[in-house]
Amino acid sequence: MSQEVVSVRNLEKSFKGFQAVKDVSFTVKKNDVFGFLGPNGAGKSTSLRCMLSLIKEDAGEIKLFGQTMSGNRNKILSRIGSIIEKPDFYKYLSAYKNLELLARISGARVSKSELYDILEFVGLQGREKHRFRTFSHGMKQRLGIAQALMHNPELIILDEPTTGLDPQGIVDIRNLILKLSKEQGKTVILSSHQLAEIEMIANRMVIINKGRTVIEGSVHELLNTAQMIVRFQLDDIERGLKLLSTDFSLTNNVQSDGTELEFEIEKIRIADVAECFMKNGLRIYSIEQKRKLEDYFIKMIDQS
Amino acid sequence: MLFRNTINELIKILSKPRSYIGFGALTLLIGVILIAMKADGKNFISFVTASFEQTLSFNGDILNGNLMAFVILQMLIIHVPLLVALVTGDLISGEAAMGTLRMMGTKPISRSAILGSKFLAGAIYTFLLTLWMAFMAYGVGQWIFGSGDLIVLNNDGLVIVPADDITWRYLYGFGLAYLSLLAVAMMSICFSVFSDNSIGPIVSTMAVIILFTIIGSLDVPSFGNLQPFLLTTHMASWRSLFEMPVPINDIMNSIYILLVHIIGFGVIALWKFNNKDINT
Repeated sequence: MSQEVVSVRNLEKSFKGFQAVKDVSFTVKKNDVFGFLGPNGAGKSTSLRCMLSLIKEDAGEIKLFGQTMSGNRNKILSRIGSIIEKPDFYKYLSAYKNLELLARISGARVSKSELYDILEFVGLQGREKHRFRTFSHGMKQRLGIAQALMHNPELIILDEPTTGLDPQGIVDIRNLILKLSKEQGKTVILSSHQLAEIEMIANRMVIINKGRTVIEGSVHELLNTAQMIVRFQLDDIERGLKLLSTDFSLTNNVQSDGTELEFEIEKIRIADVAECFMKNGLRIYSIEQKRKLEDYFIKMIDQS
Repeated sequence: MLFRNTINELIKILSKPRSYIGFGALTLLIGVILIAMKADGKNFISFVTASFEQTLSFNGDILNGNLMAFVILQMLIIHVPLLVALVTGDLISGEAAMGTLRMMGTKPISRSAILGSKFLAGAIYTFLLTLWMAFMAYGVGQWIFGSGDLIVLNNDGLVIVPADDITWRYLYGFGLAYLSLLAVAMMSICFSVFSDNSIGPIVSTMAVIILFTIIGSLDVPSFGNLQPFLLTTHMASWRSLFEMPVPINDIMNSIYILLVHIIGFGVIALWKFNNKDINT
């Protein structure tokens, strides 16, 4: 069994009568890139803040590296690097000075050359002496990641790290996370409200909505059960329609334009449809899949 | 970790332009007073001493560095708290507003150590400001006006302190002034813990000092029981050092009350900060 790095059970948190987190539970295992998914206001940041002891939970249990925060806070936090909400630094200090300050309280000895290395790693070489207030949003995110990584933590928590980034910045962050996971064996928790982003880099995920856990599991398994839209280009559309009706009970929501059939079906059944068409002598010119990620996400949210 | 973060806090204080406002303001204010007194001080002193010049004879120059330090300390002790609060009132709330408190809160340093290092850095800043005030008022005053006997008008009447009996009084005097400014610093840090913006704690600190000063100066019987315990009542306790004989018990009482304020504000701040949700 994989080692549990994070275990959250029945987490609850209220603010002045408003219950931001009602019942959140999930488990993150070693080396996971764990997607923490939910719409805006679902309780993601509040849950992460509870995990890092920025706010005190009302109820529930949080275990990090098998230990609760009580009595182990500093030991646990020295093994974690994080960005919560957005990276905020001292505007009047340079990138290097900001890192130096945070390194001093990171629980590890970080040398000057290591700080320069980490700044280079996140692509901020040449900007070390520039004040934080002169940085663009992307550069701030990179500096945020640098401070999260500088003490070589085992667990990295990134709260919506791609928000506000340009497409290249998003790709860079995505590659960085994959690199951290695959090359350095880090465990990463990635909070996001975009399912596509999670699907690209996470191996496991939890969806939360209105302060509750909706579903948790492997990204592969969860998304494979998702409905997809499939478009078949066939030589005989009429026969294809008939087969869909008789063999797969698909009559509603099947669209045809004379050369193509478009319908909604579970991903695991697409191969069965193709096999059926071929067995019945139909020629398939092309199959195009369009997963309805957003629909799936909304469906999960609605079900909650 | 406390020591490491205190270094961080001092770096932050020294990197902020607002930290130098106090030093600049003191230099300007004291400089103006010293220059004005150098230019026209003799006429001013003659006007003040005219009433008792007929009955007393003085040896030496009344207008000297010791008198200047006394006048300046008396004038500024109520105003310097604003300069202290400008920096110390921002120590927690400024970080909350900037979002850096969140960043610090995720590091392996306890909340008590964070606050403790801010207390220490605030105390060091207040000490440097007091030291600068002492240098400007006493050091520069001595350099411009020279030394001499100090004439002080107290509640008990006129007191003449010989020049060779003054230095230690100023040493303790500035020490007491530091203690009262430290109490102000602790109060503003305490207010800072309750706020997520810098202005609130600074304004609140000044409001409390103004309120306490008014209560302390009003001759209303119902305030009589309150006055001995007010912070502002003891901010002027340094003056007792220039009485003959020095009322040691009164001074010790002031020290105790100032220490109670310092510890009290510290405990409240610690309790609140350890239970504070960092939402910014």
